[in-house]
Amino acid sequence: MEAVKEQKNVSRGIDIESMQRGPRVTLDNETLCLQVKDFNLFYGDKQALHNINMQIPKNRVTAFIGPSGCGKSTLLRCFNRMNDLIESVRMEGQLLLDDMEINSPSVNVADLRRQVGMVFQKPNPFPKSIYENVAYGLRLQGVNDRSTLDKVVEKSLKGAALWDEVKDRLHESAMGMSGGQQQRLVIARAIAIEPEVLLLDEPASALDPLSTLKIEELIYELKEKYTIVIVTHNMQQAARVSDYTAFMYMGELIEFGATDELFTNPSKKQTEDYITGRYG
Amino acid sequence: MKQRSSMKIWFDSGKPWVWLNAGAVSISLVMVVGLIGLIAVRGLSHFWPADIVELTYVEPGEEKVMLVGERVDHETVPAARLALSGVHLPEGQETANRTLLKIGNRDFFGLDFRWINDPWIADTQKPAGLMSIERREWGNFYGYLVNVKQQGEVVAEGEQAWDEFQTRLARSNALFSKIKEIEKSEIGKINHGLEELRIDERRLELNEVEKGSAPYLEIEEERQQLNARYAKIRVELDELYSGLNRDQITVRIADGREADIPMAKIVQAYKPNAMTTLQKLGQYFHNAWEFVSGEPREANTEGGIFPAIFGTVMMVMIMSVLVTPFGVVAAVYLKEYARQGAVVRLIRIAVNNLAGVPSIVYGVFGLGFFVYFIGGSVDELFFQAKLPSPTFGSPGLLWASLTLAILTVPVVIVATEEGLSRIPRAIREGSLALGATKAETLWRTVLPMAAPAMMTGLILAVARAAGEVAPLMMVGVVKLAPSLAIDNIAPYLHLDRQFMHLGFHIYDVGFQSPNVEAARPLVYATAFLLVLIIVVLNLAAIGIRNRLRETYKASES
Repeated sequence: MEAVKEQKNVSRGIDIESMQRGPRVTLDNETLCLQVKDFNLFYGDKQALHNINMQIPKNRVTAFIGPSGCGKSTLLRCFNRMNDLIESVRMEGQLLLDDMEINSPSVNVADLRRQVGMVFQKPNPFPKSIYENVAYGLRLQGVNDRSTLDKVVEKSLKGAALWDEVKDRLHESAMGMSGGQQQRLVIARAIAIEPEVLLLDEPASALDPLSTLKIEELIYELKEKYTIVIVTHNMQQAARVSDYTAFMYMGELIEFGATDELFTNPSKKQTEDYITGRYG
Repeated sequence: MKQRSSMKIWFDSGKPWVWLNAGAVSISLVMVVGLIGLIAVRGLSHFWPADIVELTYVEPGEEKVMLVGERVDHETVPAARLALSGVHLPEGQETANRTLLKIGNRDFFGLDFRWINDPWIADTQKPAGLMSIERREWGNFYGYLVNVKQQGEVVAEGEQAWDEFQTRLARSNALFSKIKEIEKSEIGKINHGLEELRIDERRLELNEVEKGSAPYLEIEEERQQLNARYAKIRVELDELYSGLNRDQITVRIADGREADIPMAKIVQAYKPNAMTTLQKLGQYFHNAWEFVSGEPREANTEGGIFPAIFGTVMMVMIMSVLVTPFGVVAAVYLKEYARQGAVVRLIRIAVNNLAGVPSIVYGVFGLGFFVYFIGGSVDELFFQAKLPSPTFGSPGLLWASLTLAILTVPVVIVATEEGLSRIPRAIREGSLALGATKAETLWRTVLPMAAPAMMTGLILAVARAAGEVAPLMMVGVVKLAPSLAIDNIAPYLHLDRQFMHLGFHIYDVGFQSPNVEAARPLVYATAFLLVLIIVVLNLAAIGIRNRLRETYKASES
């Protein structure tokens, strides 16, 4: 079985062994947070992810880049089991958060999602007040004490660099904010429950340049406390914010490495073609 | 050729379609305004205190007679039709005008209305002294006040008579409403208590408690107490009644005959010919208010329609309370939890088809299932002592509301499903990503956001339910309900009672009334009120929906 897989990988021109052991990935000094081992994902009969192996270090920003439909969002959504919502999905292989098997039936999905927060492409604040948006996760956990909530809301909004802009209108509807503010609110909402990992699915793609800049600055600050995985179309963004970058193509992980090296000296032809804009 | 091409240009410009659409909208508007306008004008003009005319009427070959009454209607009829009723016009005259006169005084003439032919009216007067008296029985009276009497002795005559009459009328009306109040609440309570005791006794019999034992004696003692209380109230009532029957007035009708009218039989009296426009306006609103707040008299052709308004609103509200949770829960299951497949699709089609079932079918179903089966079973289980007289086993407010709830539930289901499917996926995912379960997401985010859609469903349901009459006739509506569904006897809300309904009231007054001419304006007035109530109920629901929409305005996606 192993041999068959090995052969398959070789036939596709990807040598994962060498990629992980090779000189460019030096995760030796890092604590690992998320690990993907021999991971395959199918939508019905169609395979969307092919034999992914990857290690994501703690308190770093890891970016997934690649053309549309390459499976980077699909992979991201596996980390907090968002794909459970889709009926026809089938998965093989291992996903580990620290030492916990993410897809194990004994894992409580709600608990997992509290540890692995997620921010989506389009800002999706709830049609409630700013305060209630941030307090939502806590209220779910049964925290209704006013002073605790006040503290957490303030801390989270400060953490998302939004406090100064909204502190006077906490109880107004979140729907009245600008897109950039809404996206930072969603980040505040996610960090209010203090997750370990923050998954960002193209968090700035629906925003104007100025808001994008703010989000990027925020990501830079957030990595001190959280492990961040970000999916982005924008290679400059990946280069600016991330420590490590994974390039995916057609459901396969082509290259994984420290961002500086991957962008300046890619080891694979496909990576080079993509980052120089020859396709995708 | 050029002509055709310019026509074609005009056609292609899309203007004809704009005109067509605008035309359709205009026609709809005209129809709605026309409908409401017609019933409003016909219904609302009924309350205006019209002038009373005194006519000198000479039919050919007859003595001249004096007629007094209100002009109600006026029409032009062809000679041929008049000939059929024995009236022959002079040669060459094709048509003639005639007037419908409300002559009242049913005790003298037997009829309230009379057609008179305009050519034979010799003289028309509007004497200021003519009164219109609204009576509790026998309809209106038109005539002159002669004197006011107290126990047969004349106490006021001539000039002073009118003021004395008004003072004493106010007193008698106060007494009358006091008597009604006592009869309704105090005696009602005693009767209810006696009935309860009878049922308690029956319960003892059913449990085969020995006759003459302690519980029986207790019941007997309580019964004695109630009877004693009744006797006391009876004395009080008799006193009030003799006070009420103290006064009479003597009146004279147009042809000179005189009669006595007991003060107790008079609701109100006024002299429209002597009133200023402002006074008439006051009288108008007084009459309109009486209509809205009063109880019906004289087989529903006189008095007010308050019980019908109350019944309609109650029924619609109970129906809303029943249909909303039921419809919403069903829609949530269908949309959120059920496996989308052939079965769900089949159920959805069935639900949609339910909305098209004729309402009378629901009436039959309600009678058979709710009233006889469920109501009968409830009686067997909980109200056995009352049998054979049914409690819930007969048509009533609860069953009518339930029947209408079944009738309108498809609308709520469809609207709610529509609303649920419009909630952006992103919002659900956002909630799930924060560690919410599916149920928590539904409860905290999705359902509040779908609330406006549910309200839309409810609005449609209310609009349909409030106007429904046919099924109600089988499951609870009656021509005249003895008491309202809410009163001061525990448990205060009596869902087992029959009730009156505006829609049925229209049918009843319009088609079942012994006095067609008198009933006609009431039909319009009641119809207008029904439309008004539906509009008010809808506006309230729309107001709530708009507030909800404002609160839960989701991001445009």
